[in-house]
Amino acid sequence: MPNCKTVVPYRGTQEQEDRLRRFLQDHKGQPGAVMPVLQEIQSIFGYLPEEALIIAAEEMDISLSELYSVGSFYAQFSFNPKGVHQVSVCLGTACYVKGAAEVLEAAEKKLGICNGSITLDGRFSLDATRCIGACGLAPVMMVDSDVYGRLTPDQVGPILDKYM
Amino acid sequence: MKTLEQLDQIRAQISTEMAPRFAEERAEGVTRHIMVCAGTGCTSSKSLDIIAGFQAELEEQAVADRNRVVRTGCFGLCAMGPVVLIYPEGIFYSHVTPGDVPEIVSEHIVNGRLVERLLHREADTGEVTRRLDDMEFYQPQLRIALRNCGKIDPENINEYLAVDGYQALTRILTEKTPAQEIIDTLKSSGLRGRGGAGFPAGQKWQFTANASSEDGVKFVCCNADEGDPGAFMDRSILEGDPHSVIEAMIIAGYTVGSDQGYIYVRAEYPIAVHRLETAIAQAEEYGLLGENILNSGFTFRLALRLGAGAFVCGEETALMTSIEGRRGEPHPRPPFPAVKGLFQRPTLLNNVETYANVTWILNHGAQAYAAIGTEKSKGTKVFALGGKIANTGLVEVPMGTTLRTIVEEIGGGIPNGKRFKAAQTGGPSGGCIPASLIDTPIDYDSLAAIGSMMGSGGLIVMDEDNCMVDIAKFFLEFCVDESCGKCAPCRIGTKRLYDLLDKITRGEGTLEDLDTIEELCNHLKSSALCALGQTAPNPVLSTLKHFREEYVAHVVEKRCPAGVCKNLLRYTVDPEKCKGCTLCTRSCPTGAISGILRAPHTIDNSKCVKCGACMDACRFGAISKG
Repeated sequence: MPNCKTVVPYRGTQEQEDRLRRFLQDHKGQPGAVMPVLQEIQSIFGYLPEEALIIAAEEMDISLSELYSVGSFYAQFSFNPKGVHQVSVCLGTACYVKGAAEVLEAAEKKLGICNGSITLDGRFSLDATRCIGACGLAPVMMVDSDVYGRLTPDQVGPILDKYM
Repeated sequence: MKTLEQLDQIRAQISTEMAPRFAEERAEGVTRHIMVCAGTGCTSSKSLDIIAGFQAELEEQAVADRNRVVRTGCFGLCAMGPVVLIYPEGIFYSHVTPGDVPEIVSEHIVNGRLVERLLHREADTGEVTRRLDDMEFYQPQLRIALRNCGKIDPENINEYLAVDGYQALTRILTEKTPAQEIIDTLKSSGLRGRGGAGFPAGQKWQFTANASSEDGVKFVCCNADEGDPGAFMDRSILEGDPHSVIEAMIIAGYTVGSDQGYIYVRAEYPIAVHRLETAIAQAEEYGLLGENILNSGFTFRLALRLGAGAFVCGEETALMTSIEGRRGEPHPRPPFPAVKGLFQRPTLLNNVETYANVTWILNHGAQAYAAIGTEKSKGTKVFALGGKIANTGLVEVPMGTTLRTIVEEIGGGIPNGKRFKAAQTGGPSGGCIPASLIDTPIDYDSLAAIGSMMGSGGLIVMDEDNCMVDIAKFFLEFCVDESCGKCAPCRIGTKRLYDLLDKITRGEGTLEDLDTIEELCNHLKSSALCALGQTAPNPVLSTLKHFREEYVAHVVEKRCPAGVCKNLLRYTVDPEKCKGCTLCTRSCPTGAISGILRAPHTIDNSKCVKCGACMDACRFGAISKG
């Protein structure tokens, strides 16, 4: 059974944290600093890791929930990183009737994660998407910008192997 | 810091250098200026490589000393991009690729022969137009807000100085012009807010100037959170002429008594952000921004705040909440920002395009501005022209120009011989203008009268292949996604409206649903907290008003006249044309097509998922949808 609650282990380096602390020093006490701080965290770490948010909350002397409240409001911020490779399986109608669900299941099994999640090593994230307009190739899976069509579940593993 | 004399020296020197761009004919020995558009559109089709290519090629062919490459902002003709304009001849090349650069240099620059194949052709007649000024696209236009876009290098403050930049600011600070005089000039110019609502700018400045706070702190903000799908006016101004906005904001600070400004700009506009950062740093270096500007004793600081992908932050109260570092949720007015805005202090908030008009007005006078436009809407308006139109791009026309002029003359008409069906102005807050109203003069009041609105300036053209119910649903879906959720009418109302429209496009709607939609729209308009919710019904109401028969066709006949709504589509095989080649059978993902070799095939619509793969596969045009 694929793991549906992956939380990628925090991999922030000392260097990244120092960068964040320097930024916080400069912005501490400034009115309206929350957004620039969140934007800086996202630019340093690629997403908003809880560990970095805790540093920011402590340094700025505001509550973690306040940072979460602002971070969750804006579409730009993400609480989970994207994988080095982004895998998406089309679940549009044409793909679905041609067995996209089985393709997705094969991808979940291969990567050991659920749709919408990311592997623990951060290599792969997996998403189901709406119709990508390649119905003639159904069922379709995309890895980054490469399109794989007319898939059978047993082809999924070897394709993903190429990106391992 | 530069002294006034130094600024004048720069102006004189650089305007001499820029003279070829404004000269009529090519004089011997004049340096050529090769202007390459580096707006977002052209940049995404490799215009930066073209710029680098020109620089390398000019060196290579040993003509770099007599030819300059200039990176500019948007020319407006995005459909023709990347565009290259060569002065002093004024020759305009379109669809240039990095591979074309060596030929342009060896033919045009070295040998003086035009590269015919790259010259611009008019969309309708196919005629070659060599010079930019002769193009049909520019003839009806009047560029005030865009006056410097495509003319100067936006990353070089000297070029802005040379086109009378910071002239208004210098004059005001040295003459110590009374604030009231500036406000009166704005008032008599008739300038109205270009963000969409059209509130008189002079009055806004007056309110903020009159307001006071306990600690005397006031703010000047610029709304550059351009979130409408299909709108890129503000982006282009910031990319092409950032100093014009900065100068106007400094003057606004002087006028209303503020020493701190913020520009709230979308993070999705990296080029605009970069050019603003560059421009702010340059203005600070020249002593035109920051402490004690030009030794006048007046201080004004300017900071950027990046939006983070929330459409509602374009609403003024939400925008200020976001600058404060909180969830960008709007709050009720009054109090208006002019009284209690950012950090509870009086705040002047104008849109990018409004600011871009201010310096022009102060340099040319209120009379000159008020002479342009209609009785109640003065000046010009920038539109981002998109959709089913030949010349997609950025246009600026005097207020009162008809939609017909914009679509047919400037826009070059509808491609592929299709018929104009409607134009949508104002994005998700605006409405559809049907073909029958194409002669409507475009200004704030006439658009409001026909159920649309000026909005920020997105103008999407639609042809007969667009389904109006589907368009209304598209904008509603956008509003559902972007509703901040603070007030129930918008949070629940937009979703329920969307569900009803979706039901209709699925062929399950009833005539009563149309009445319910109208009722719900009116409730939403009157009860939502902010403009996002109040205007969300506009696309629905205006299409329902002007295209009711299309809604009825969906509901009663279960038919989508434009052939867009998938659930109402039926694919059929014309037995006369079908050769029975079986290509369609093999392309169908659901096995819905049956038939034997060399005999006409049939489609089982209960299995068909309307993907259109069969229609693409058929070589005989035997499959049709409808």
